[in-house]
Amino acid sequence: MSATQKTPAPHAAGTALLTHAVGLHARPSVKLTKLAKQFAARIDLGLSDAGPWIDAKSIVKVMAAKAPQGSTLHFRAEGADAAEAVTALVGLVERDFDEGAGDGGA
Amino acid sequence: MTETVGIVIVSHSPDVARGTADMVRQMVGEEIPLAWCGGAPGGGLGSSVEAIMAAIEQAWSEKGVAIMVDLGGAETNSEMAIEMLPPERQGRVVVCNAPIVEGAVIAATEASGGASLEEVKRTAEELSPS
Repeated sequence: MSATQKTPAPHAAGTALLTHAVGLHARPSVKLTKLAKQFAARIDLGLSDAGPWIDAKSIVKVMAAKAPQGSTLHFRAEGADAAEAVTALVGLVERDFDEGAGDGGA
Repeated sequence: MTETVGIVIVSHSPDVARGTADMVRQMVGEEIPLAWCGGAPGGGLGSSVEAIMAAIEQAWSEKGVAIMVDLGGAETNSEMAIEMLPPERQGRVVVCNAPIVEGAVIAATEASGGASLEEVKRTAEELSPS
Protein backbone atom coordinates (compact mmCIF):
# COMPACT_ATOMS: atom_id res chain seq x y z
CA MET A 1 0.00 0.00 0.00
CA SER A 2 1.48 3.31 -0.97
CA ALA A 3 1.86 5.92 1.69
CA THR A 4 -0.15 9.09 1.98
CA GLN A 5 -0.88 9.48 -1.69
CA LYS A 6 -3.77 11.80 -2.12
CA THR A 7 -5.04 12.69 -5.52
CA PRO A 8 -7.18 15.77 -5.26
CA ALA A 9 -10.37 15.56 -7.28
CA PRO A 10 -10.20 17.65 -10.45
CA HIS A 11 -11.84 21.05 -10.25
CA ALA A 12 -13.33 23.06 -13.07
CA ALA A 13 -15.14 26.36 -13.36
CA GLY A 14 -16.82 28.37 -16.05
CA THR A 15 -19.29 31.14 -16.68
CA ALA A 16 -22.03 31.81 -19.20
CA LEU A 17 -24.23 34.81 -19.86
CA LEU A 18 -27.92 34.08 -19.42
CA THR A 19 -29.60 35.49 -22.50
CA HIS A 20 -32.94 33.77 -22.16
CA ALA A 21 -35.71 36.35 -22.35
CA VAL A 22 -37.34 35.51 -19.06
CA GLY A 23 -34.29 34.31 -17.17
CA LEU A 24 -33.77 30.97 -15.52
CA HIS A 25 -37.45 30.07 -15.31
CA ALA A 26 -39.11 26.69 -15.08
CA ARG A 27 -38.18 24.94 -18.31
CA PRO A 28 -34.54 26.07 -18.48
CA SER A 29 -34.15 25.14 -14.82
CA VAL A 30 -35.40 21.64 -15.57
CA LYS A 31 -32.98 21.30 -18.50
CA LEU A 32 -30.04 22.60 -16.51
CA THR A 33 -30.74 20.32 -13.57
CA LYS A 34 -31.29 17.26 -15.74
CA LEU A 35 -27.99 17.87 -17.50
CA ALA A 36 -26.13 18.43 -14.23
CA LYS A 37 -27.45 15.14 -12.89
CA GLN A 38 -25.76 13.27 -15.74
CA PHE A 39 -22.38 13.97 -14.18
CA ALA A 40 -20.87 12.40 -11.10
CA ALA A 41 -19.06 15.60 -10.12
CA ARG A 42 -20.40 17.90 -7.47
CA ILE A 43 -21.63 20.97 -9.34
CA ASP A 44 -22.45 24.36 -7.89
CA LEU A 45 -24.20 27.25 -9.55
CA GLY A 46 -23.65 30.83 -8.43
CA LEU A 47 -24.95 34.19 -9.56
CA SER A 48 -21.56 35.74 -8.81
CA ASP A 49 -18.05 34.37 -8.54
CA ALA A 50 -18.27 34.88 -4.80
CA GLY A 51 -21.47 32.84 -4.50
CA PRO A 52 -23.70 32.16 -2.76
CA TRP A 53 -23.46 28.73 -4.35
CA ILE A 54 -26.33 26.35 -4.82
CA ASP A 55 -26.42 22.71 -5.84
CA ALA A 56 -26.91 22.70 -9.62
CA LYS A 57 -28.56 19.26 -9.34
CA SER A 58 -31.34 20.58 -7.09
CA ILE A 59 -34.28 21.59 -9.23
CA VAL A 60 -35.94 23.35 -6.30
CA LYS A 61 -32.87 25.47 -5.53
CA VAL A 62 -32.13 26.27 -9.17
CA MET A 63 -35.68 27.44 -9.77
CA ALA A 64 -35.71 29.40 -6.52
CA ALA A 65 -32.56 31.26 -7.58
CA LYS A 66 -34.71 33.10 -10.19
CA ALA A 67 -31.70 34.25 -12.16
CA PRO A 68 -32.86 37.09 -14.42
CA GLN A 69 -31.94 37.70 -18.06
CA GLY A 70 -28.50 39.25 -18.31
CA SER A 71 -27.11 37.40 -15.27
CA THR A 72 -23.82 35.67 -15.56
CA LEU A 73 -24.13 32.11 -14.35
CA HIS A 74 -21.08 30.75 -12.60
CA PHE A 75 -20.44 27.03 -12.50
CA ARG A 76 -17.87 25.23 -10.44
CA ALA A 77 -17.45 21.50 -10.26
CA GLU A 78 -15.38 18.99 -8.38
CA GLY A 79 -14.93 15.38 -9.38
CA ALA A 80 -13.54 13.15 -12.10
CA ASP A 81 -15.84 14.56 -14.79
CA ALA A 82 -15.80 18.17 -13.51
CA ALA A 83 -14.39 19.64 -16.73
CA GLU A 84 -16.93 17.86 -18.94
CA ALA A 85 -19.76 18.93 -16.64
CA VAL A 86 -18.82 22.62 -16.74
CA THR A 87 -18.33 22.54 -20.51
CA ALA A 88 -21.73 20.92 -21.00
CA LEU A 89 -23.57 23.33 -18.70
CA VAL A 90 -21.91 26.45 -20.14
CA GLY A 91 -22.79 25.13 -23.59
CA LEU A 92 -26.44 24.64 -22.65
CA VAL A 93 -26.76 28.21 -21.38
CA GLU A 94 -24.90 29.62 -24.39
CA ARG A 95 -27.21 27.73 -26.74
CA ASP A 96 -30.09 29.37 -24.88
CA PHE A 97 -31.26 25.97 -23.57
CA ASP A 98 -31.89 24.69 -27.08
CA GLU A 99 -35.23 26.42 -27.16
CA GLY A 100 -36.20 27.11 -30.71
CA ALA A 101 -38.38 30.01 -31.74
CA GLY A 102 -42.05 29.54 -31.03
CA ASP A 103 -41.33 27.36 -28.05
CA GLY A 104 -43.42 29.58 -25.85
CA GLY A 105 -42.52 31.21 -22.60
CA ALA A 106 -43.33 28.79 -19.79
CA MET B 1 -30.16 4.57 -14.87
CA THR B 2 -32.42 2.34 -16.88
CA GLU B 3 -35.41 2.68 -14.64
CA THR B 4 -36.83 5.76 -12.97
CA VAL B 5 -39.50 6.32 -10.35
CA GLY B 6 -42.97 6.54 -11.89
CA ILE B 7 -45.30 9.51 -11.40
CA VAL B 8 -49.09 9.36 -11.02
CA ILE B 9 -51.20 12.52 -11.12
CA VAL B 10 -54.59 12.43 -9.38
CA SER B 11 -56.89 15.43 -9.68
CA HIS B 12 -60.60 15.93 -9.18
CA SER B 13 -60.63 17.28 -12.70
CA PRO B 14 -59.57 15.21 -15.70
CA ASP B 15 -58.56 18.45 -17.43
CA VAL B 16 -56.20 19.41 -14.61
CA ALA B 17 -54.73 15.91 -14.48
CA ARG B 18 -54.23 15.73 -18.25
CA GLY B 19 -52.82 19.27 -18.39
CA THR B 20 -50.39 18.53 -15.57
CA ALA B 21 -49.25 15.38 -17.36
CA ASP B 22 -48.76 17.44 -20.55
CA MET B 23 -46.53 19.86 -18.67
CA VAL B 24 -44.44 17.01 -17.30
CA ARG B 25 -44.04 15.45 -20.73
CA GLN B 26 -43.12 18.73 -22.39
CA MET B 27 -40.86 20.11 -19.68
CA VAL B 28 -39.17 16.98 -18.43
CA GLY B 29 -39.53 14.42 -21.20
CA GLU B 30 -40.75 10.99 -22.16
CA GLU B 31 -38.35 8.91 -20.10
CA ILE B 32 -40.35 8.68 -16.88
CA PRO B 33 -43.33 6.36 -16.44
CA LEU B 34 -46.31 8.70 -16.07
CA ALA B 35 -50.05 8.22 -15.73
CA TRP B 36 -52.93 10.44 -14.70
CA CYS B 37 -56.53 10.11 -13.67
CA GLY B 38 -59.25 12.50 -12.69
CA GLY B 39 -62.99 12.77 -12.40
CA ALA B 40 -65.66 10.70 -10.71
CA PRO B 41 -66.53 7.29 -12.21
CA GLY B 42 -69.90 8.59 -13.41
CA GLY B 43 -68.48 11.81 -14.84
CA GLY B 44 -68.07 15.14 -13.14
CA LEU B 45 -65.46 16.17 -10.62
CA GLY B 46 -64.10 13.58 -8.25
CA SER B 47 -61.61 10.79 -7.92
CA SER B 48 -61.86 7.04 -8.01
CA VAL B 49 -59.87 4.38 -6.21
CA GLU B 50 -60.14 2.08 -9.23
CA ALA B 51 -58.84 4.70 -11.63
CA ILE B 52 -55.96 5.51 -9.27
CA MET B 53 -55.06 1.81 -9.04
CA ALA B 54 -55.07 1.57 -12.82
CA ALA B 55 -52.84 4.63 -13.06
CA ILE B 56 -50.39 3.15 -10.54
CA GLU B 57 -50.29 -0.02 -12.64
CA GLN B 58 -49.68 2.02 -15.80
CA ALA B 59 -46.85 4.06 -14.27
CA TRP B 60 -45.40 1.13 -12.33
CA SER B 61 -41.66 1.05 -11.85
CA GLU B 62 -39.57 -1.27 -9.73
CA LYS B 63 -38.14 1.92 -8.18
CA GLY B 64 -41.61 2.86 -7.00
CA VAL B 65 -44.33 5.36 -7.81
CA ALA B 66 -44.88 8.89 -6.45
CA ILE B 67 -48.47 10.13 -6.49
CA MET B 68 -49.27 13.82 -6.82
CA VAL B 69 -52.75 14.84 -5.63
CA ASP B 70 -54.83 17.99 -5.46
CA LEU B 71 -57.44 18.06 -2.69
CA GLY B 72 -59.11 15.92 -0.04
CA GLY B 73 -60.63 12.93 -1.80
CA ALA B 74 -57.77 12.66 -4.26
CA GLU B 75 -55.47 12.13 -1.31
CA THR B 76 -57.69 9.78 0.71
CA ASN B 77 -58.60 7.74 -2.37
CA SER B 78 -54.92 7.50 -3.28
CA GLU B 79 -54.15 6.20 0.19
CA MET B 80 -56.98 3.70 -0.17
CA ALA B 81 -55.64 2.62 -3.56
CA ILE B 82 -52.20 2.04 -2.02
CA GLU B 83 -53.76 -0.11 0.71
CA MET B 84 -55.44 -2.27 -1.94
CA LEU B 85 -52.20 -2.96 -3.81
CA PRO B 86 -50.46 -6.30 -3.42
CA PRO B 87 -48.36 -6.20 -0.23
CA GLU B 88 -45.06 -6.27 -2.12
CA ARG B 89 -46.00 -3.06 -3.89
CA GLN B 90 -47.53 -1.14 -1.00
CA GLY B 91 -44.22 0.06 0.41
CA ARG B 92 -43.13 1.39 -2.93
CA VAL B 93 -45.94 3.86 -3.57
CA VAL B 94 -46.13 7.20 -1.76
CA VAL B 95 -48.39 10.25 -1.82
CA CYS B 96 -46.40 13.49 -1.97
CA ASN B 97 -47.45 16.48 0.07
CA ALA B 98 -46.82 19.05 -2.65
CA PRO B 99 -48.77 21.30 -5.00
CA ILE B 100 -49.96 19.07 -7.84
CA VAL B 101 -48.60 20.89 -10.90
CA GLU B 102 -45.32 22.17 -9.49
CA GLY B 103 -44.83 18.97 -7.52
CA ALA B 104 -45.32 16.80 -10.61
CA VAL B 105 -42.76 18.71 -12.66
CA ILE B 106 -40.24 18.78 -9.80
CA ALA B 107 -40.79 15.11 -8.93
CA ALA B 108 -40.42 14.08 -12.57
CA THR B 109 -37.22 16.12 -12.93
CA GLU B 110 -35.78 14.47 -9.87
CA ALA B 111 -36.94 11.03 -11.03
CA SER B 112 -35.40 11.48 -14.46
CA GLY B 113 -31.96 11.68 -12.88
CA GLY B 114 -32.40 8.21 -11.41
CA ALA B 115 -33.28 9.35 -7.88
CA SER B 116 -34.85 6.97 -5.37
CA LEU B 117 -38.51 7.20 -4.39
CA GLU B 118 -37.53 8.84 -1.07
CA GLU B 119 -35.46 11.47 -2.87
CA VAL B 120 -38.25 12.18 -5.34
CA LYS B 121 -40.78 12.63 -2.53
CA ARG B 122 -38.43 14.80 -0.48
CA THR B 123 -37.63 17.04 -3.43
CA ALA B 124 -41.29 17.52 -4.36
CA GLU B 125 -42.08 18.35 -0.75
CA GLU B 126 -39.24 20.88 -0.52
CA LEU B 127 -41.55 23.11 -2.51
CA SER B 128 -44.25 23.24 0.13
CA PRO B 129 -44.33 26.44 2.12
CA SER B 130 -44.56 24.12 5.18
